[in-house]
Amino acid sequence: MGAPIVVAGASMAGLRAAEQLRAAGWDGPITLVGDEPHMPYNRPPLSKEVLAGKAPFESLAFRPRASVSDVEWRLGAKVVAADLARRIVELHGGEVLPYAGLVVATGMRPGRLRCPGPVDGRHTVRTLADAQGLREALTRPGARVVVVGAGFIGCEVAATAVALGAAEVTVVDPLPLPMMGPLGELLARALLKRHKERGVRFALGTGVAGFEGDDRVTGVVLGDGRVLPADVVVESVGSVANTEWLEGNGLDLADGVLTDEHLRVGGRPAVVAVGDVARFPNARYDGVPRRVEHWSIPTDTAKHAAKVLAAHLAGADIAPAPFAPLPTFWSDQHDFRLQSFGAPVLGKDDVRVLDGDLDGDVLAGYHQGGRLVGVVALGGQAAAAAAARYRAELLKQPALTA
Amino acid sequence: MKVVVDMNKCQDHGQCVFAAPDVFSFDEAGRLAYVSDPDDALRDDVEEAADVCPLQAIRIED
Repeated sequence: MGAPIVVAGASMAGLRAAEQLRAAGWDGPITLVGDEPHMPYNRPPLSKEVLAGKAPFESLAFRPRASVSDVEWRLGAKVVAADLARRIVELHGGEVLPYAGLVVATGMRPGRLRCPGPVDGRHTVRTLADAQGLREALTRPGARVVVVGAGFIGCEVAATAVALGAAEVTVVDPLPLPMMGPLGELLARALLKRHKERGVRFALGTGVAGFEGDDRVTGVVLGDGRVLPADVVVESVGSVANTEWLEGNGLDLADGVLTDEHLRVGGRPAVVAVGDVARFPNARYDGVPRRVEHWSIPTDTAKHAAKVLAAHLAGADIAPAPFAPLPTFWSDQHDFRLQSFGAPVLGKDDVRVLDGDLDGDVLAGYHQGGRLVGVVALGGQAAAAAAARYRAELLKQPALTA
Repeated sequence: MKVVVDMNKCQDHGQCVFAAPDVFSFDEAGRLAYVSDPDDALRDDVEEAADVCPLQAIRIED
């Protein structure tokens, strides 16, 4: 038996890569290496249903396809180094795995605040263990919660904490509005209003200078000098790519791992990257390589990368169209949902209300050069359905650069 | 092919409708409706639908 395809990372992207390698015809061995002790599981509910106690932790496990029943799972194991020229990876503990193909699927880890103060009482939300710990802390009676970072996870956790009956929930962010980056000003302002109406407090336009407390956090010191009393702190301040193990191979690891238009890494056809660690150009847009942390990306990247890798290893000469996924994201907060199709971030300077109004169900269109490049719905099912009606139009568009 | 959707999990994201429009649709009331025994020729579409369901509520049996 020849060397396996090693999939470094055993979360959603790793699982989907293995399944898609089988679908693309690779019938050789596959080894998945993941540092968590769990089989792959679905992460979005960690800040919502699971944190709220509405869904059990066990409900998160993915059901792997039958086609991957024969793959080798190395769980609780970590890839610590790679030598791409020699086609080997090294695990923690020194074991060396030779590979025929390598899938980089090591994902991200939460960024942490580096300001002074105690560590106890400060949480992140990325793994099952994180969510279990945070749930325990949030359900203590009278918990005062400070969420640092008003992005997707921060806004979702704040909404969940309010629903769980936390005494106080305050979201802190240096930007003037929540989710300003993905949404732009118009919808971010509407989002702020909805959160406030549902009991979330905000300290915006200021960062965190430090934490008060001896053994554990009792307060959060803001950049403007105010102190927010806190029993629980959630740090949702972005994420860091797990690429240290790839260092020393001459790769561009500035933000995730840079790939070409087929998700190949470092000009090596036997190495591909999938999931949110991959910084890839999207041929649908401007061709600028970006990492994308949306839930749809592991599946989209795995499909394309697996085809390309399987064909290369089979010696086949295929020339698929460049990778050009239509981005999509959603976020459930309180009793409403944000639902997006396309690339609103490219059209934040020209945002128009396409349907509804900002106080109810609303659909916003994001334009570049007068052309629709993305939509975001905010509200209930009707708003999301309105967004979906624009999906076909967004899919049809040729690349902006074409 | 037999398709089962856990309607307790389904939150009407509609990603399955994009992936396999011959199998999944929304009814007049905006609720998910689906064909539980689609033709085997639609297997790729249904597998895609199961993959892209945010709640992982779609199961393919046999």
